[in-house]
Amino acid sequence: MPTQTTEPAREAASPGARPDGAAGAGGRRTGRAKDWARRAPLLPALVFLIVVTQLPFVATVVISFTRWNALAPDHRGFAAFANYRAVFTDPALRSSVGTTVLLTVTVVLVSLVLGLGLALLLDRSFRGRGIVRTLLITPFLVVPVASALLWKHALYNASYGLINGSLTWIWGLFGSDNAPQPDWMTAVPLASVEVSLIWQWTPFMMLILLAGLQSRAADAVEAARMDGATAFDIFRYLTLPHLRRYLELAALLGTVYVVQNFDAVFTITSGGLGTANLPYTIYQTFYQAHDYGRASAQGVVVVVCSLLVATFALRTVSSLLREEVTR
Amino acid sequence: MNRAPLTRRQRRTGSLLGLAAWLCGIAFFLPVAWMVLTSFHSEADAATNPPSLGAGLSLHGYREFFGADSGVSPWPPLINSLTASVVSTLLVLALAVPAAYALAIKPVRKWSDVLFFFLSTKMLPLVAGLLPVYLVAQNTGLLDSVWLLVILYTSMNLPIAVWMMRSFLAEVPVEMLEAASIDGAGLTTTLTRIVAPVALPGIAATALISFIFSWNELLFARVLTGIVAGTAPVFLTGLVTSQGLFLAKVCAAATVISLPVLVAGFAAQDKLVQGLSLGAVK
Repeated sequence: MPTQTTEPAREAASPGARPDGAAGAGGRRTGRAKDWARRAPLLPALVFLIVVTQLPFVATVVISFTRWNALAPDHRGFAAFANYRAVFTDPALRSSVGTTVLLTVTVVLVSLVLGLGLALLLDRSFRGRGIVRTLLITPFLVVPVASALLWKHALYNASYGLINGSLTWIWGLFGSDNAPQPDWMTAVPLASVEVSLIWQWTPFMMLILLAGLQSRAADAVEAARMDGATAFDIFRYLTLPHLRRYLELAALLGTVYVVQNFDAVFTITSGGLGTANLPYTIYQTFYQAHDYGRASAQGVVVVVCSLLVATFALRTVSSLLREEVTR
Repeated sequence: MNRAPLTRRQRRTGSLLGLAAWLCGIAFFLPVAWMVLTSFHSEADAATNPPSLGAGLSLHGYREFFGADSGVSPWPPLINSLTASVVSTLLVLALAVPAAYALAIKPVRKWSDVLFFFLSTKMLPLVAGLLPVYLVAQNTGLLDSVWLLVILYTSMNLPIAVWMMRSFLAEVPVEMLEAASIDGAGLTTTLTRIVAPVALPGIAATALISFIFSWNELLFARVLTGIVAGTAPVFLTGLVTSQGLFLAKVCAAATVISLPVLVAGFAAQDKLVQGLSLGAVK
């Protein structure tokens, strides 16, 4: 990582950018103008983002207190907390909260563990390492909808999917013609969504953890090995503590993305059989039931929940950033 | 790393681990390989049990995808996707590069607060803002317009792009900037001679990531577009029919639609992790 100075050092690097107390009124005015000149390049992005992302959230909060179903436009009015009461007492929504948590935790944890294993395998030199890395990244680069369709129709399908096809083939090798042919998407609906997402997210975890492994000081490992440390000791006492931040970062970013997943749930099970997560449920309330008020209240609940996750995520990223800055 | 001569046992473990890595790589790649192989099978061969690996290859799936029988052309959605992704990526760069400059090269006061504001917008689920966006679009005639997607994709990728560009621009050596200002170099000289060489690879990587995320997006495109502005992912979900065989066609479509992302992703492999981790990991 490059050397970088701290904020005060940077400011000091351009003298005159900030007027000090000794400067006269004229100096202060040019100082303020310079401050604005510094801020100017930032403003378009900031204004754009506030208008496009923050205003809709404010509107969502307002609508969440409104009785508003698009199918009954005349019946519109102030609803106070009715929508929220409906949200918290709706068993379908409560189960979708559970589904979201289960789906996210399973996908993030399993792909984190698999990603760690793969990153450790790839952290050593062997023939064709670049090719293996490319093969492993591929699942992450398949368009998510395409991947969901691939799993649903080409792999899971009970009558001609690759999984059951392979079972028939393997049983056939042993002369049996009654191989088990489970209908994966109805037998284990949530697991089939999870497996397809784990397949897509493991490469992501692997990439971040591999970058972490490669930033580890090689001489410490070498010294430990010279002192007779076993491979497990090195992993437990050197690699893992070093990787902690990277594990946190990968888990939190993964959580942020997987919590919002819509494509896999929408495509593979259409939210049926207890696989409807929050984004899918909101989509359904809004798109199919046309209940704007309730959909907004659901949205507000989701935002509050993700703020909790986001606070932890931001703190982790912040500590990485501080480490970089003070280096 | 290991300078001591390897014992035979160490070498054997080493090659076993290499083999394990290869097997994992192949296992993860297998579904994609199966998708591509199926796309080149006829519909009848694509839907057999057990799978017909050695069946003759055919371009039938691709011809179907391009509307040979149905007469439905995939070009309008592909062009919509391309427009939404490319234009929003250009907008993202136009907004993010100056912002990152203000955050990294000559940091404004409280620059890290600003940075975290950008990031926090990324943490909020998009779906929560969907309804107001829909209502505004309905009232302004932007519903089923690709330009609405351009605006939304820009806001979706802007925070990532600002973070990424900031981490690239932070690599610009401060001493050289100082030296340039002492030598009386103007802004243009500073930008072209010192900043650009460091920033250009970063801009390319940021553009690729932004392109990939826009190209992949389904939820907004599905809710906010219809017949006119539907994008490739929306088109893809519409290919599945309740009657007849469609597996080869769907695999062909999935392959074609994933191709730009695969190419972009492989090209930016080294920068991919930096982008996905918002510049926190290099």
